Amino acid sequence: MISLSVNGKDYQVNAPGDTPLLWVLREELGLTGTKYGCGIGECGSCTVHVNGKAERSCSVSLSDVKGKKITTIEGLPEDHPVKKAWTQEQVVQCGYCQPGVMMQLASLLDEGPNPEAEKIIDAMDDVICRCGTYARMKRGIKTAIQTMRKEGK
Amino acid sequence: MERSMTRRAFLKKSMAATGLTIAVSVTPFGFKLLNASGKGQIEGFEPSAWFEITPDNRISITIGPSEMGQGTHTSLAMVIADELEADWSLVKVHQGEARKAFINPILHSQLAVASASVRGFYAPLRKVGAAGRAVLVKAAAATWKVPEKDCEAINGLVRLKKGNQSLTYGELCLKAAKLPLPKDPRLKKESEFRYMGKFIPRLDIPPKVSGKAVYGIDFKVPDMLFAVLDRPPAYGAKPISFDQKAAEAVKGVKKVFPIPQGVVVCAESLDAAWKGRDALHVKWDKGALPEMDNAYIEKSLMADLDKPGSIAENKGDAKKALLGAAKKVNATYFVPFVAHANMEPMNCTAHVRKDGCDIWAPTQGQTVPQMIASKITGLPIEKIAVHTTYMGTGLGRRAAPDFIIEALIIGKVLGKPVKVIWTREEDMKHDLYRAAMSHRIEAGLDDRGRLTAWSHKAVAGSIMKDINPKGIKNGVDIMSLWGLLDFPNSIENRISYDIPNFLVHFLISDLPIPVAPWRSVQNGPNAFVIESFMDELAHAAGKDPLDFRLEALKTNKRATRVLEAVAGIADWGKSLPKGQGRGIAQHACFGSYLAQVADVTVNEKDGTFKVDRVFAAVDCGPAVNPFNIKTQIEGAIVMALSTVLREEVMFSNGGVKSANFDDYNPIRITEIPDIEVHIVKNNDKIGGIGEPGVPPLAPAVGNAIFNATGARLRRIPMTPERVLEALKA
Repeated sequence: MISLSVNGKDYQVNAPGDTPLLWVLREELGLTGTKYGCGIGECGSCTVHVNGKAERSCSVSLSDVKGKKITTIEGLPEDHPVKKAWTQEQVVQCGYCQPGVMMQLASLLDEGPNPEAEKIIDAMDDVICRCGTYARMKRGIKTAIQTMRKEGK
Repeated sequence: MERSMTRRAFLKKSMAATGLTIAVSVTPFGFKLLNASGKGQIEGFEPSAWFEITPDNRISITIGPSEMGQGTHTSLAMVIADELEADWSLVKVHQGEARKAFINPILHSQLAVASASVRGFYAPLRKVGAAGRAVLVKAAAATWKVPEKDCEAINGLVRLKKGNQSLTYGELCLKAAKLPLPKDPRLKKESEFRYMGKFIPRLDIPPKVSGKAVYGIDFKVPDMLFAVLDRPPAYGAKPISFDQKAAEAVKGVKKVFPIPQGVVVCAESLDAAWKGRDALHVKWDKGALPEMDNAYIEKSLMADLDKPGSIAENKGDAKKALLGAAKKVNATYFVPFVAHANMEPMNCTAHVRKDGCDIWAPTQGQTVPQMIASKITGLPIEKIAVHTTYMGTGLGRRAAPDFIIEALIIGKVLGKPVKVIWTREEDMKHDLYRAAMSHRIEAGLDDRGRLTAWSHKAVAGSIMKDINPKGIKNGVDIMSLWGLLDFPNSIENRISYDIPNFLVHFLISDLPIPVAPWRSVQNGPNAFVIESFMDELAHAAGKDPLDFRLEALKTNKRATRVLEAVAGIADWGKSLPKGQGRGIAQHACFGSYLAQVADVTVNEKDGTFKVDRVFAAVDCGPAVNPFNIKTQIEGAIVMALSTVLREEVMFSNGGVKSANFDDYNPIRITEIPDIEVHIVKNNDKIGGIGEPGVPPLAPAVGNAIFNATGARLRRIPMTPERVLEALKA
């Protein structure tokens, strides 16, 4: 049994320690918002927060996150500036990559005060969206930053 | 989108006489409207779409085509809601099950392909909405005992024109349900549209942003098993041996058995299934063509250009016209295999029982999987339920039933619900790719530099051999030629130019690599060839590429208009700084007309280039959902640019070497140009929008590189090495 905290809830998971966190979330905890895209950390669809930092959940194991605080897309508040911006700018098409994209962005925006859109966009070049929503993502990033400034976050 | 409603649930609900249910059926003779309220199943009537208004003032709309990100569910709901004059905030959309009735009138199948959903259902859904509005107004007039002309439907209410009385659709629905429908209800004028042509947020965004949307890979049934396959590493490879006992010894593994697709491991958990597969140690033979790699493929397709091939079209006398031409130009082009690389790998959940079969799948098609399931299970069609989930892109890949077939075969063995999941590597290596093509063209210009003759030979694997083998006539696979030619009864995928002497030869390649439609099908590769070559011809004629095209388009008004529109917004003809260039291209497919201008900056030292801006003008006829039109075209431009920059499937030892996103690397956010999409207003015939943004992009970029440097790129991807090579040529 390995204990972990996901979206503020404590879980005891009975799975081998080398199981990727991605599959623990999806198969053991039923949190399927976190998506499998590549399994090798290349596409970003599985991104979650581990102690507040973006991690590719396909590339960290259950034992790596023992006792740590994990946040998934389901745990990112619905009024979070990133979720609001993604709705306002209508970024999403098929939507499969977007939970990971939003989690990575939320973490980047948290890294320091006054995030700059251009730098954030550059830091988002390791996620893949096959619908090609990147132009809308750029708008979403700018809107999320503006919302954060307005809300004083 | 709500979870799909089963046929039985729908009928049960409507049997309970809960409100007004109006359905439309598309028949070969036109549309048939039906007031299905409280009637349950009506003999011989299969509704293609319906909406239901209940006394609690909710409106539920059920639609047949799959939603894969292309926005169809929102756009089609907008069509019904607009004609119905419904309050959008009360509308809910349901994905329909597999039903004969949902057959798309253009495709003759329930299938979301060929950008056909809105253009196939636009007309019938307008009628169904308008019929609803008519009976609701009638019900209100009867309630108030006034003439119908004194009542008007406004945003979910019927209002008495004089005075302030009004009734909601919910309040009127039971009364309206008893009324006969008008045979030919009055459609709105464009000026009366409430939703069509306006910005409407997508209905599927809230569940997708919250993370709650259920995709195929997320679907679960109680007591479900998981199955994974060890698949052949080379085309035609068969297993020599595998360690069944070792796999079965893995904790949680339930069953191990070979099927034609590979060796199956079924287990209680996905983790156990994968561990079981690792223990199999399958030894495969070398397969059908172990020497095949990329060099072999390119050589084979190029060598095929020297073989005779079949005549696909012979208009005028191209040979004679070429002999008499003042100037002749010829060129050879090549396009490699590219992968769909859907973000959600293939998967399917199936439950085959003695009394019925359920399929839960991220599928673009419903009719074909239902028919195949009936054959595999021996059950009648009506016992096969196809439940369509959300899907992580479709791109044409999910129109093929291969991933559903294997789940059914496995499900039949198990007799229990089973979910088959592919890894990214399986998805990449067992894709049905966009067909690689080789092309050779010769064209003639007269003494005034006008295009008079065009002789074209193309080679590709056959797309139709799996989906419509009877459609292959005289060795010609018309879908491989889409963009040049179309089926005899259609011109929508035909070359836009009117060339008096036009000869096309085609040869089906015998390479063992499976191919399938890929966003815009072969319009993409063929437009790259046609529109790059048109640029070569313009240059040879000493004419501006825009003027040369306009001249060759002759009477093609819609193509002319989008070219002129894009030239206008891009300020075509303005001078650019050194190192920069711009290219133009146009292409029509699936009933829509697109033109694009690309601006590039080229580094002649290292062969790299950046696409700075892309301007696009589109005429798709009535613009139901303008925001969606723009975002679909943006996405298509980005995906097409990905194939221009570096997408190419790598092969070795007779199989696929590309495995994952580290060696097959799609475009990223930092590589996209600024994109400006302009909709050319037009109420001509409605066209599709998911795919037509793809074809003009590659030639526009290649033409821009030529404009900047004089280097002609006749092959994608346009890697730095190829750009340097072209610069030297």
